[in-house]
Amino acid sequence: MNKLIVSPSPHVHSGDSVQKNMYGVLLALVPALAASVWFFGLGALIVTLTSVLACVLFEHLIQKYLLKKQSTIMDGSAAVTGLLLAFNLPTNIPLGLIIIGAAIAIGMGKMSFGGLGQNPFNPALVGRVFLLISFPVQMTSWPVPIAARGAYIDAVTGPTPLSVVKEGLSAGRPFSELTAEIPSYLNLFMGQMGGSAGEVAGVALLLGLLYMLIKKIVTWHIPVAVVGSIAVFTGVLHLSDPQAYAGPLFHLLTGGVLLGAFFMATDYASSPMSKRGMLLYGAGIGIITVLIRIYGSYPEGVSFAILIMNAFTPLIDKYIKPKRFGEKPAVQKA
Amino acid sequence: MSVVLITIVTLAGLGAIAAVILFLASKKFQVFEDPRIDEVEEALPAANCGGCGFPGCRAFAEALVKADDISSMNCPVGGADTMTAVAGILGKEAGDAKPQVAVLRCNGSCEHRPRLNNYQGAMSCAVAAALYGGETGCSYGCLGCGDCVAACKFDAMYMDEETGLPVIIEENCVACGACVEACPKDIIELRNIGPKSRRIFVSCVNKDKGAVAKKSCEVACIGCGKCEKECKFDAITIKDNLAYIDYDKCKLCRKCAPVCPTNSIHELNFPPRKPKVEKTEPEKEPVA
Amino acid sequence: MLKTFSLGGVHPAENKRSANSPIEVLPVPPVVSIPLAQHIGAPAQALVKKGDEVKVGQVIAQSAGFVSANIHSPVSGKVAKVDQVVDASGYRKAAIIINTEGDEWVEDIDRSAILVKEITASPEAIVKKIGEAGIVGLGGATFPAHVKLSPPPGKTCDVLIINGVECEPYLTSDHRLMLEKGEELLVGIRLLMTALNVKEAIIGIENNKPDAIAHMEKLASEYEGIRVQPLKVQYPQGGEKQLIDACMGRQVPSGKLPIEVGAVVHNVGTAYAVYEAVQKNKPLIERIVTVTGLSLARPANFLTRIGTPISALIEAAGGLPDDTGKIIGGGPMMGKALTSTEIPVTKGTSGVLLMPQPLASRKPVDPCIRCAKCVSVCPMGLSPYLLMPLAERAIWDRAEEENVMDCIECGSCSFTCPSSRPLLDYIRLGKAKVGQIMRSRTAKA
Repeated sequence: MNKLIVSPSPHVHSGDSVQKNMYGVLLALVPALAASVWFFGLGALIVTLTSVLACVLFEHLIQKYLLKKQSTIMDGSAAVTGLLLAFNLPTNIPLGLIIIGAAIAIGMGKMSFGGLGQNPFNPALVGRVFLLISFPVQMTSWPVPIAARGAYIDAVTGPTPLSVVKEGLSAGRPFSELTAEIPSYLNLFMGQMGGSAGEVAGVALLLGLLYMLIKKIVTWHIPVAVVGSIAVFTGVLHLSDPQAYAGPLFHLLTGGVLLGAFFMATDYASSPMSKRGMLLYGAGIGIITVLIRIYGSYPEGVSFAILIMNAFTPLIDKYIKPKRFGEKPAVQKA
Repeated sequence: MSVVLITIVTLAGLGAIAAVILFLASKKFQVFEDPRIDEVEEALPAANCGGCGFPGCRAFAEALVKADDISSMNCPVGGADTMTAVAGILGKEAGDAKPQVAVLRCNGSCEHRPRLNNYQGAMSCAVAAALYGGETGCSYGCLGCGDCVAACKFDAMYMDEETGLPVIIEENCVACGACVEACPKDIIELRNIGPKSRRIFVSCVNKDKGAVAKKSCEVACIGCGKCEKECKFDAITIKDNLAYIDYDKCKLCRKCAPVCPTNSIHELNFPPRKPKVEKTEPEKEPVA
Repeated sequence: MLKTFSLGGVHPAENKRSANSPIEVLPVPPVVSIPLAQHIGAPAQALVKKGDEVKVGQVIAQSAGFVSANIHSPVSGKVAKVDQVVDASGYRKAAIIINTEGDEWVEDIDRSAILVKEITASPEAIVKKIGEAGIVGLGGATFPAHVKLSPPPGKTCDVLIINGVECEPYLTSDHRLMLEKGEELLVGIRLLMTALNVKEAIIGIENNKPDAIAHMEKLASEYEGIRVQPLKVQYPQGGEKQLIDACMGRQVPSGKLPIEVGAVVHNVGTAYAVYEAVQKNKPLIERIVTVTGLSLARPANFLTRIGTPISALIEAAGGLPDDTGKIIGGGPMMGKALTSTEIPVTKGTSGVLLMPQPLASRKPVDPCIRCAKCVSVCPMGLSPYLLMPLAERAIWDRAEEENVMDCIECGSCSFTCPSSRPLLDYIRLGKAKVGQIMRSRTAKA
């Protein structure tokens, strides 16, 4: 017999691992990837592949040659970042920009803070926002779904529903008139609209979220808080003046709301730890998103909203603690 | 032109008002601080190790200035020189604390002390000690997780992979006592450096009965008492099956070490023993 | 919806392999070693010395304080020595070693199997008897039972909760006890109710033991005030505070005892021991021990004399499997890893678990990914991810602010952590240190 192992309790483990969680997220993103390929074809494939490979490669190179540590690319976190970055890019974006985005996401967003689990901001969003500010033209030309399937850089582009409505409303046109110019809500939910590679198909993203919830990779708090707060905020505005403000369904189904709420805001490292904190954080994201969309100059604000709330995460963690056992007043017996 | 003038005048006015406010505030809220605190702090080594028992050099400086008698206070890092300097600044009497150094009172290397089980908990001596007696049969000895090394701020310790024990680098050790504090087994002791850095000590803290101790570790003190009988200066006492050498009484005659059946008495920095012929003549080491 | 506690919890694989093995009586071993510290509190003081003849049931070590317990000889024979032996704590501790000769019992112990239902003793007499019999919490916490039955002045108890949860995976001793000694158990519960002067008792049993629930429900229907509460399977439901929450919806406030919400919790094993002590005059000299493991030939439940080396139990259960990597005294979540097979069974040994090599090893530690799973499973609502680095870096004041003392050491956080971080290892250390600091502070004040 070998020497007995001695260690403090517990002596069993759930079998959960970093890898299982990361690969679980990747798996949950597969439906959205499939939808993306269906709508944007070649471009989606090229962008996704480049982004994932570039992120994994950068992580490997930085760990091996810059930090002289063991490379941990097999844990899957770099691949998740790569996939999420790709999902946040238009599918006609030049390869060079993707690689720059990946370098920023992994290098600046993740490794400079100490790598896995240490990043205060969602790395994929750091990459995306860097690109959005540096290359606004390339980052806001959106290939038309299905029609542009066979092409990559030279894909036919068109406006997104969000920009149509934003421009229309600011030009004083009523919302009811604009709805004719955008796809139906069903089509929006299925993903037939212009937009970033992975954000269009709400149904696919919802499937992914369900998978993550069943596998207990994430809890419902952040997605529900984001979606709920956007629905309530835009709902109130819409009711106050149905012609000047788009309805909640429109806001939820367009742009990056669902991708952001389900996959970006729930990033482990940059979101709060307690349930109550998660709800507050999610509500914050929702409110900031709506503020940017309606009152800001950008038609879309999910990325900024998540990054802003990421910055509040340490503060939320400090002041909003999990609900403690015994917090509810004990029944006193005489 | 007038725009430039207005700007200059306004800003200059603002600056002047701010200066007045700052001047008044600094007068009003000034806290008197004994200037000697700064002087004393200057004289201290700024290691902030806590070896003096105060949280950092500044706190020690404040305590030194406040105290009437500083003879019992000592900066282990700076030693006598620093304390004399401090005493000079304050016009007080410095104590005569002897310089000390940390010694490891365990020699239970992998070779001497067979591992009986395999510890897999968190790599921390404190955690391991709270769990059980350790990987070997000796529940007093070094656990080898390196809490002392982690506590050392002076790069004076490292873990020897081969023996599984920490090693103290004498030249770097300032006797701040951080490792003594960190060790849950109380193995590390601060002892006087001694003349020419020569020291003799029992490198074992096992309080088990001799047979039990010997079974778990070849070089354990078995409390046989031979050294106690050999010592002419009553420097060695046996308590709980364990010998201890009092460094105030020890004259470093080296007679105890050879009689120890388990070689648990260690001599540091002595010249090699001379061949047997000359051993009849008692070796006289200069006693400072 | 079945009831359970309100915060956190995990559900490890149950692996209750010995659930259908009836209780067997393990033969009296030739030598027993009886540690003097088998309970929480002051170790007992030995009353015998080398060469003394002892009988089964004779007091051989005396309670040394209010929170302490008597120890009785589990065998008859001659005291070989009073020496230091390695016990479950992994340290050498004082113990009495007895060479067995025959099996001669103290005369006034009733060894018959006749059920004595009628309760004649007064509450005071019951508590006194329980104290004399050396009964401690047999669920594993080993808190002297008579102390729990003496509520501090000003506090009253209105409900007695009997812990038949057995939420630890693998263990089945309480399960078997409920099935086979149900009648006696209920008398024990009534004795405890009399001692505490309460009208209501709830037996909490997890839903993975439907036979025990049905059996106890049938037996309990005879008595007024005693009922069975089936509970959803969720670890750590057997924790005192969790069980009170699950059964009654009352939450014991931080730093307080269950009596604060009018509850006292006792394990089913303890209740059975109370029956034997009061009705049969039999002190605590044996207990039911589950011997189990995934590769063990014959997982079993043994009625074992205290002081029996666990090697005897393992032998009787089919011998030590070759792939054994770890031996655990107790369950896999809160039990202690043992250093050898010669460690004796004590009052708190609810099981001996043999973990096969691959399962026994801890996985390599990864960095924290802030997944918040430790926070969601913590039954006390703490932040293990934060407490661990605080304890690692010895920031005790912050650890205290973060309520490290609330931790019940259930291990759900370490169990769940995807990065296999030793969360509880450090939190336990933090608890010990902060506890020390708090005690020295109250001592000073």
